[in-house]
Amino acid sequence: MKLKVKSSWVIPLVAIISGFIVGAIIMLIFGYDPIQNYASLFDGAFGGVYSVGETLRNMTPLILTALGFSVASKAGFFNIGGSGQYLMGWFGAIIVALKFSFLPGWLLIIVSILAGALLGGLWSAIAGVLRAYFGTSEVITTIMLNYVSLYFVNFAVKDWLAGKGEDSSPNIAAKASLRGNFLENLTANSTLHWGFLIAIIICFVIWFYFNRMKSGFELRSVGINEEASKYAGMNVKKTIIMSMLISGLLAGLGGALDGLGNFQNISVSNALPQVGYDGMAVALLVNYSPIGIILSALLFSALQIGGMSISVYSNTPTEIVSIVTAAIIFFVAIKYVIELLLNKRKNKPQKKEAVKEEGAGK
Amino acid sequence: MTEKFVEMRHITKKFGQFKANDDISLSVHKGEILALLGENGAGKSTLMGMLSGLLETTSGEILINGKEVKMKNPREAKDYGIGMVHQHFMLIPAFTVLENIILGDEPIKRGGRIDYSGAEKRIKELSARYQLDIDIHAKVLDITVGMQQRVEIMKALYREANIFIFDEPTAALTPQEIDQLMKIFRALADEGKSIIFITHKLKEIKETADRCVVIRNGRVIDTVEVKDATEEHLAEMMVGRKLRNSVEKKQVDQDKLVLDVKKLNVEKNGWLGVKNLDIQVHTGEIVGVAGIDGNGQTELIEAITGMRKIKSGSIEIKGKHYENKPVRQITEAGVGYIPEDRQTVGLILPLTLAENLSLKNYYQKPANKSGVLNYQYINEHGRQLISDYDIRSQNEQVAVGSLSGGNQQKVVVARELASDPDLLIAANPTRGVDVGAIEYIHEMINNERNSGKAVLLVSFELDEILKLSDRIVVMHAGEIVGEIDPKDTSAQELGLMMAGKKVQANTQEAVK
Repeated sequence: MKLKVKSSWVIPLVAIISGFIVGAIIMLIFGYDPIQNYASLFDGAFGGVYSVGETLRNMTPLILTALGFSVASKAGFFNIGGSGQYLMGWFGAIIVALKFSFLPGWLLIIVSILAGALLGGLWSAIAGVLRAYFGTSEVITTIMLNYVSLYFVNFAVKDWLAGKGEDSSPNIAAKASLRGNFLENLTANSTLHWGFLIAIIICFVIWFYFNRMKSGFELRSVGINEEASKYAGMNVKKTIIMSMLISGLLAGLGGALDGLGNFQNISVSNALPQVGYDGMAVALLVNYSPIGIILSALLFSALQIGGMSISVYSNTPTEIVSIVTAAIIFFVAIKYVIELLLNKRKNKPQKKEAVKEEGAGK
Repeated sequence: MTEKFVEMRHITKKFGQFKANDDISLSVHKGEILALLGENGAGKSTLMGMLSGLLETTSGEILINGKEVKMKNPREAKDYGIGMVHQHFMLIPAFTVLENIILGDEPIKRGGRIDYSGAEKRIKELSARYQLDIDIHAKVLDITVGMQQRVEIMKALYREANIFIFDEPTAALTPQEIDQLMKIFRALADEGKSIIFITHKLKEIKETADRCVVIRNGRVIDTVEVKDATEEHLAEMMVGRKLRNSVEKKQVDQDKLVLDVKKLNVEKNGWLGVKNLDIQVHTGEIVGVAGIDGNGQTELIEAITGMRKIKSGSIEIKGKHYENKPVRQITEAGVGYIPEDRQTVGLILPLTLAENLSLKNYYQKPANKSGVLNYQYINEHGRQLISDYDIRSQNEQVAVGSLSGGNQQKVVVARELASDPDLLIAANPTRGVDVGAIEYIHEMINNERNSGKAVLLVSFELDEILKLSDRIVVMHAGEIVGEIDPKDTSAQELGLMMAGKKVQANTQEAVK
């Protein structure tokens, strides 16, 4: 038992350190200075109030797409549709903010956020319904829905929102924006907005949902063992759809907050937003723990924001950051090997754990 | 006697402070069948784990053919001629039997090709010599559990094992397959192989073993010649106290109908698993459903409990219809259900003991207050049941998967009885559970009956059916082929009916 609690921290930590080491080795091989680059990375992410503001702002959507991925994963599903759900959320929030601009500011913000989240949720629930009633693999449907959302949003922005010959919608009114003077003054005019606070609160809400609520308990049960959940009288189909709905709701919320706080409008894009996939990495690093996601998102956000200054202070390409990120994920993925190595290092008494595991299977 | 094949001297194995094995010594001779008897958690598997190279000893020595050996992994144990047949088979379902047997020790021809025909020839010789009936070209996923086990035995034979260790080999077998396995044991022993088998079934020991080592709490209680020991004596040594062989049946009212199933048809993979079946259970009676595994018992109880859709027919519980109703509605009608498979159905193994004990009431007050679970209550409820039902566990927060089989089953029984059901449906309630826990669970089920509840008991263990039932119905090919009074029947007679002989059916109609 003790080992388990510890390993939940040890594995991500080992993975992160190993990731940085791999990044350093690659930099050395290609003749770049890892120490200088990591220093500028850190400086770029945390070197001043402005940098910190940017890093925190960038965390917001990462947290929410990661939470969305976690909810589905806890229920036993692999929701790859975070990108599409995020995009739908972003689109939903912007279109409502633009079309209902006659509403008073606070109401407009609430309605826009809810519209975005709901659109993301419904989008993902499509995959949930297909899965619950027809057994369709959610992996396939969510990937397909990603593309549907990309092309649908592109069409809708061009045809409904953008002016003639333009590729993006007009900006939303200032009263619909999540930015505020207080945060701007605090962080030297960074793009940090109130959505960050919402994201942090949602982390605790999801923690509470998983660990204290009836519906969260059912979701975890179904995720572990559908047959036993059915035996316990749970409505398995409802739980499946519910989990996909909440999962999409969260990713959609991420898109809505990013749209209203960061982008202020929506444009036609060539590719699906990367943040949906990054969220999966954020969640995987901390094994879907809602509170852990805050730290994990901070790390990934810092890598992204800080990474940009690597190429400012040296001629190292920014892509080195992607290698570090990829290496971290790689080490998380092989956590079994890490566990094995850790156990070997501690030597024989650990063999007991392995046997206990086997005994538990009986 | 002949030479000692394996000798374990003063073996101690510690896990931290806990002594799983404490100064255990035993030996096996050539051509001998040695039974290792003990309750779940007595330390049998640990001991065999050391002999098969899975674990290292804390102290003590292992001798093979008189020479001390140190085995660091199962591979080395294999080289010493030790073959282990695990309780859960280590086979690859998508591979053929032949491929599974040679896996890891493939005979290679020139050019790196696998010599399938050579391997096949050898396996055929071995299977003829040891009367191992296996279909070497079938895929493992298509063969019966009994044959899978024979494949495991063949794997060890193929690697020229001389000592066979079996970990509860009969747990998943039908009575016929058990008989066949016992014959194989004999054949192996006659060819000079030694066998150690871990079990807690006394009958098997009496039937096949030469000697028996009884282990309790990690120590050897005694080593006995099986022919000199009675089953009762062995059982007493194993659990450390006297066991009761029968249950006390009180006089209770048996006149009210609780479960009334009529003309029930249930589909199973496209054909009828249950055919036109009628069954009634009254208050204060235990109706035992006897039959060989796979004759529709599973489909019958799954239909009654709402786990499976029915095709036609009626299911009435206390006078109300419950055909194709949600599981929860049936549970709330007062039905307790101990499922056949506690690991995949009855429990959610990674969840805590307390959560598992609340699986049937977590959504009701006071466990659930408008959507928020009251863990204080759930844990309290868990602690209460743990002490009421004598579940052995450190506390209510451990994952239920870490408990022994017997304790896991007690968790299921505790939860189902705690809701005070009017109808209890128990499917193989003591499968893979040790004698002490069996006695306890039997007593619990009988208490339900004595307090006027209706019990439907499905079991593949004839002894269990005979011991507990007020009435016995026999199921064969989805139908009830007869009904008998347990007082004037025997295991032999029941066995014949289970095989589909309707001989007794007519005369027994009168008893109804």
